[in-house]
Amino acid sequence: MDVLFRSVRELVELAETEGKLISELMIEQEMLITGRSREDIFAQMDRNLTIMEEAVERGLKGVQSVTGLTGGDAVLIQNYIKKGNTLAGDLLLDAVSKAVATNEVNAAMGTICATPTAGSAGVVPGTLFAVQNKLNPTREQMIRYLFTSGAFGFIVANNASISGAEGGCQAEVGSASAMAAAAIVEMAGGTAQQSSEAFAITLKNMLGLVCDPVAGLVEVPCVKRNAMGASNSLVAADMALAGVTSRIPCDEVIGAMYRIGQAMSPNLKETARGGLAATPTGKAITHAIFEGGDLKSLLKSRVNSN
Amino acid sequence: MKFTSVFDIIGPVMIGPSSSHTAGAARIGRVARDLFGRQPKWVKIYLYGSFAETYRGHGTDVAIVGGLLDYDTDDERIKTAFAEAEKAGLQFEFIPETANKEHPNTARLLMGDDESEMSVEGISIGGGKIEISEVNGFKLRLTGGMPAILVVHDDRAGCIANVANCLAMHDVNIGHMEVSRIERGLTALMVIEVDQNIDHRLLEQISYIPHITKVSKINN
Repeated sequence: MDVLFRSVRELVELAETEGKLISELMIEQEMLITGRSREDIFAQMDRNLTIMEEAVERGLKGVQSVTGLTGGDAVLIQNYIKKGNTLAGDLLLDAVSKAVATNEVNAAMGTICATPTAGSAGVVPGTLFAVQNKLNPTREQMIRYLFTSGAFGFIVANNASISGAEGGCQAEVGSASAMAAAAIVEMAGGTAQQSSEAFAITLKNMLGLVCDPVAGLVEVPCVKRNAMGASNSLVAADMALAGVTSRIPCDEVIGAMYRIGQAMSPNLKETARGGLAATPTGKAITHAIFEGGDLKSLLKSRVNSN
Repeated sequence: MKFTSVFDIIGPVMIGPSSSHTAGAARIGRVARDLFGRQPKWVKIYLYGSFAETYRGHGTDVAIVGGLLDYDTDDERIKTAFAEAEKAGLQFEFIPETANKEHPNTARLLMGDDESEMSVEGISIGGGKIEISEVNGFKLRLTGGMPAILVVHDDRAGCIANVANCLAMHDVNIGHMEVSRIERGLTALMVIEVDQNIDHRLLEQISYIPHITKVSKINN
């Protein structure tokens, strides 16, 4: 198949030689592969953006998952921001709360847009809707943010993996966070090379992250991993915009992520047999959910014992 | 390349909680229904690897049943698919398996009604993207991303040419094609990916060709 880019190196070179944005190259490649018109492709991404907006809005009103295990944290963080004493900064925590909002809606079996997966669907929109308040982008620039994320995700998906069952959480929230970092850089006016540096810095910091969902549910620790992923994206984007570079090239970081995923025990790849899922509390939660135990008092006693 | 579109990455729009275990599972169910040609009356769903370990938590079960009822990944009825299946007269059973498959997210659907039976094996490769890896024991690789025709036929000379001629007469262009057989001289399977959605009459005409035993399709 004819494609414009297969690696980050090719993508950045193309952006530099043709003087084009990464988002533009993604759109052109989509036109080339599918034969669809630019308007058609843009319109579909616009609809995806709307789904993301609606999910964040719903999550910020407060939702509970089907099990009652997660929900309501996005609201807690927003209320905290409003008090005006945030230590990490309002923008960063806003991104965190919006990433959490999206994943809380996902856990409640609500409608979301996978970016690149449902378990990691919070990071890209979370960062986008937080950075929006600072950079005041046009609707087109917001849609382009998703194409830039998509371009990097496309390379990871084809050269490594975006599946927790295949590569662990590093392949899901790791990829999502790195994609978001690259897109933030483009929206902030950074270069294609800086986008690739932000991507590499983010993913390097999430290598080895396992997929160990308690009870096999996309709730614990997935929701909070999206929160921390979003903060990684923002910090890495700032570092890249400041001129910091990754000593290991982006494509090699992606290769390392793939090989780490291959070496990971199946117990730590979305089977709910290891990691947090296998802790005493993780097992007790599993028992409560599937064997009819009392999840509410279990969660309550956890809070009280702290 | 496994992932060809930006919307494989930024998408699909779906009901949570998992793109591979919910959206991908719904797609496997839906493509299986498409290949069967109608809603089956009963289905046995064998789950492997991560699917077998976590299907209840991820809603994999309701999603596959939803797919068999022809629901898309963002159809709210996925949540109540079990009740809908009962109304629609679809009996289902889930069988978690311990055997290791090549891919950690594998489901095999054995389905049927009074007329026929069919087995379809699908894998969910991440981000909601799926591949069909086996149909009635024939190994194949089908993404469901393009319309496709599946033809079961006797392993005889001329069969492929006859089917290709039939497609040419209907002005249907072949994008990708592969042929596999379980044993020489017995039954074979043609998998033909085409550029446009497939008309019902075309399928009927292919089924009239000598030595063709079964024809099914996936539309996009």
